[in-house]
Amino acid sequence: MRGTTCNLDYDLPTLELRGLHKSFGQLDVLRGIDLKVAQSELVFVVGPSGSGKSTMLRCCNRLEEPSAGEVLLEGVSIAGARVDLNTVRQRIGMVFQAFNLYPHLSARKNVTLALRKVQGLRKKNADEIALAALDRVGLSDKADSYPSELSGGQQQRVAIARALALEPQVMLFDEPTSALDPELVGDVLEVMRDMKSAGITMLVVSHEMNFARDAADRIIFMDQGKIVEQGPPKEIFEAPRNERTRVFLSRVMGS
Amino acid sequence: MEKIIEQFFNIEIMVAAWPTILKGLGVTTLICIAVIPMGLAGGLLAALGSGARRRLVRWPTIAFVDFFRSIPPLVLLIFVYAGLPFTGFRLSPFSAVVIAFFLNNSAYYGEIFRAGIVSVGFGQTEAARSTGLSYAQTLLYVVLPQAVRNVLPDLLSNTIEVIKLTSLASVVSLAEILYSAEMARSVTYNASPLVLAAGVYLVFLWPMVRLVSRFGRVLGHD
Amino acid sequence: MSQWERFVDTFLNRAVLAQYAPDILKGVWVTIELSLMIVVIGTFLGTVLALIRAYEIRILTGFIVVFADVFRALPPLVLILIIFFGLPNAGIFLSSFLVLFLVLMLILAAFSEEIIWAGITSVDRGQWEASRSTGLGFSQSLIWVVLPQAMRLAIPPLTNRAIAITKMTALGTVIGVPDILNQATTAQSFSGNASPLMLAAMAYVLLFLPLVIMSRWLEHKFAWRKA
Repeated sequence: MRGTTCNLDYDLPTLELRGLHKSFGQLDVLRGIDLKVAQSELVFVVGPSGSGKSTMLRCCNRLEEPSAGEVLLEGVSIAGARVDLNTVRQRIGMVFQAFNLYPHLSARKNVTLALRKVQGLRKKNADEIALAALDRVGLSDKADSYPSELSGGQQQRVAIARALALEPQVMLFDEPTSALDPELVGDVLEVMRDMKSAGITMLVVSHEMNFARDAADRIIFMDQGKIVEQGPPKEIFEAPRNERTRVFLSRVMGS
Repeated sequence: MEKIIEQFFNIEIMVAAWPTILKGLGVTTLICIAVIPMGLAGGLLAALGSGARRRLVRWPTIAFVDFFRSIPPLVLLIFVYAGLPFTGFRLSPFSAVVIAFFLNNSAYYGEIFRAGIVSVGFGQTEAARSTGLSYAQTLLYVVLPQAVRNVLPDLLSNTIEVIKLTSLASVVSLAEILYSAEMARSVTYNASPLVLAAGVYLVFLWPMVRLVSRFGRVLGHD
Repeated sequence: MSQWERFVDTFLNRAVLAQYAPDILKGVWVTIELSLMIVVIGTFLGTVLALIRAYEIRILTGFIVVFADVFRALPPLVLILIIFFGLPNAGIFLSSFLVLFLVLMLILAAFSEEIIWAGITSVDRGQWEASRSTGLGFSQSLIWVVLPQAMRLAIPPLTNRAIAITKMTALGTVIGVPDILNQATTAQSFSGNASPLMLAAMAYVLLFLPLVIMSRWLEHKFAWRKA
């Protein structure tokens, strides 16, 4: 199933990072990131730990505040005095490595919470949307289960549904399968493949190389806070131009 | 406003009351020296008893602990001080305080030690016994040191409660801090000696309370 | 008279008990009333203070911390006497019942605030991040996602603390609140017999033992959750 998209429009990128810098005290984690993600594109970010991949992702919805540079959603900066952060965040979906489901709420309620409290939807509407989202990830029969009753893979899928229900412009994935037992990873990747087919714009930080090869439109290799190399999977996996990329890939792919 | 300062923060009266209150501090310290170690010892016994394998030991111990956690310390104190004489035992205020507090504190320290012992986990005991250590040695050298370290913040927290509890001794006319301050108040019709006493308690207990909060183990036992 | 008969006559004297039981019962109602008021209002106030602290407004946090420290460091009896004897001379007149309620309520509020705040700070940061990422504001995240989880952590220590503080209603005796102990000591001095005291002790145990056992059960239940 070749999932790569044609006709990627970079003149109106859904998500754009311009000159993004982030320092934690003396430590420079991001040293100037320029990135455009087109609509419906699936961009895959790889790199050694400490390269700043997660930090870059977290700057995209301001879980981390950039030290310098801009993040633009459909051409408009997400920072700035006029911006209502909560509204902006609803247009950016985030999936965490640790799932971060609310343990005291059922799957359904995990999804409807933001719909009801931020969008002000009534219970009936919110429930409908939630069930539809849970259905998309294949868990409509678990709507009333609590996180503690679900497997890791199921929990992560509920987390995806929680983000999807808000119909965001772009979905951010921070190592979505790294905390999962190997046999559960497939279910989550399946959901991500479906999302790609549906045309959802996705920025994914992950180690799942096979998935990247199949589904990604573009792979980005980051090291020490900068983008070292980027290109279509074929190019990156078969003929990486940069030495560091080569070294990293050989380590990760084990060949 | 002036009335409030005059009534609560009258420096002259505080200065006059200071010597008596200082003596009271001495008595309070004496009570603590007597009561805290005894409570710790009793608590340790209670903890061991409530975890015993034999039901004949375990159930009465747990009953003892729960009973003395249910009865208010003041009620216990007055019962011991005013009730016991009816059976022919005449007790001095100090003795009554020591007995009542011993019973009360053993129950509370007992629960804390029990939680500490449980937190060490049975694996430690198994390992120790497999190397030939006896029950007592295992307890003394392996389990208890870890148990105590685990619940140190809770022990501190409870000790603060015990120190505050000494103020109850004033009700049976033992001349500790509060009693002395109360005497001064009733003579001067001014609450400043009480405020001074409060100040003395704060000097010793505020830092300890801060320490407990810092430890962050407020979610442990009370 | 044998030892046992002497004991019964002193501590379990039918006649004395019959005469003074009604008064002790009145004391029980007072104790229950006070305890309920203290627990409900004290925990509510403590929760509000902990929530306010979550907004990290320096000066408010400062006040709350000082309040919580002072009311946890001072012996309740000292506070009760200061307020009871001091206020009238400063022109404010409060009943002994009200003074006892106020002091114990504030003490429970102080302990509750610390316990609930510890709960709030224990909730995993990921919970904040997840809820904020879906657009929930700070207050909404605090109330709908973090606080419920914090309360779950806080319940065992809160129950223990509430029981300890409601037992302190017995201190009301010292300032004349007609609680169980007061009725008992009065009855005792009138009758010259220790049975009222025995009845008082039993009344307290009957009231609080179920609570103590329940809190023991609660801790056991919540210990499983953590594992």
